[in-house]
Amino acid sequence: MNAFFALVQREVRLATRVGGGGGMAVFFFLIVLSIVPFGIGPDLNLLTRIAPGMLWVALLLSALLTLDRLFQADQEDGTLDLLVLAPQPLELTVLAKAVSHWLTTGLPLVIAAPILGLMLNLPLDGMLPLMGAMLIGSPALSLLGAVGAALSVGVRRGGLLISLLVLPFYVPVLIFGVSASRAALVAVPGDLGGQSLALLGAVSLASLVVGPVGGAAALRVAVK
Amino acid sequence: MTTSEPLTGLTVTKLCCVRGERQVFRDLSFHVAPGDMLSLVGPNGSGKSSLLRQLAGLLEVTDGEINLDGAGEDQTVADVVLYAGHLDAVKAPLRVSENLSFWAAFYGVSATQVEPALEAFSLGHLGHLPAGVLSAGQKRRLGLSRLALIDRPLWLLDEPTVSLDTASIAALGDLMRSHLKTGGSIIAATHVDLGLEGTRVLDLSSNGGASL
Repeated sequence: MNAFFALVQREVRLATRVGGGGGMAVFFFLIVLSIVPFGIGPDLNLLTRIAPGMLWVALLLSALLTLDRLFQADQEDGTLDLLVLAPQPLELTVLAKAVSHWLTTGLPLVIAAPILGLMLNLPLDGMLPLMGAMLIGSPALSLLGAVGAALSVGVRRGGLLISLLVLPFYVPVLIFGVSASRAALVAVPGDLGGQSLALLGAVSLASLVVGPVGGAAALRVAVK
Repeated sequence: MTTSEPLTGLTVTKLCCVRGERQVFRDLSFHVAPGDMLSLVGPNGSGKSSLLRQLAGLLEVTDGEINLDGAGEDQTVADVVLYAGHLDAVKAPLRVSENLSFWAAFYGVSATQVEPALEAFSLGHLGHLPAGVLSAGQKRRLGLSRLALIDRPLWLLDEPTVSLDTASIAALGDLMRSHLKTGGSIIAATHVDLGLEGTRVLDLSSNGGASL
């Protein structure tokens, strides 16, 4: 497990040092959400209605933004070869990469979300459900994204390819995430919010298995 | 955990390599025993790097076999090799010592080994600097210091002397000599004479059926 934490520590360090691109996702998130009110106009009721959906779409796109460098930077400088040859199972290495991606991208976005929610007139009692849903759903974005990043590691300018590969698999996260976040705002029959939250958790847990296994398989092919 | 069992020998039988539908080499057979130094020579494109990557398990083996003598079912060549390719695997934003500390932790080596490994290539006084400011030769030395850090019996070195100065080449020679003395083996693609006694040469330029 030392190897696992060493990799997470190194990735977080790299992202937070100058030129690491750690703040990129947060600023993209901020920019996208701050232009929405300009595009929609000052209709507060409308903004409230679309706030959860806009926040989730922006979260998805911001998470994608930093994914293309997840393995590519390591492949370009030869680190990937040594990661593959290390005694640690490659699945754990991919998991460590996904965890670091979440720590440097997903977590900061979840923390920034309520502040940006204010700009979209998201009511205060909707903040906690939104953050909770994002906290549960965002790991799935990093874990599924790791598979896409591993598949496109050998492709120059693979960012667009990753989006095409990964976005369809993000759709369940989006659906259940928005539904769970919205439950606190709109009166819905039954306990739809709780159900959505449970399903969102299920998607994250499934990704916890699919991400490392799929990512490792893709990397083994990529180095050869 | 890192100290794998001593290498009993590596046997390569009728190895072939095809890259991009071009046959790089075929029917390559050789044996490496503990304490052996095998030097790969041949013109550019003769397959020196490809052979090293095949041995490390980083490139598909088209045909032929690579076997560890007396290895169990679950032991592969990848478990005993230390691969140093033509890229240094150095992260520019990290300090020199942080770069090496990471590899120590990742390969399960005690952190106390980092300082001596840096000293092997006289990098001790540069430990606090970001690796990005190092020269090409210093980066190469930092990459090679992994050889002093991680204890594995079979070294695969791809042009290790590129951009090194004479003092560093001598340091590398010393490191390789002591590795061979302790029963390790080295397969290196290099055109520089490192002054190692008993070096065998495998010439890949004959391409067709090169063998020892």
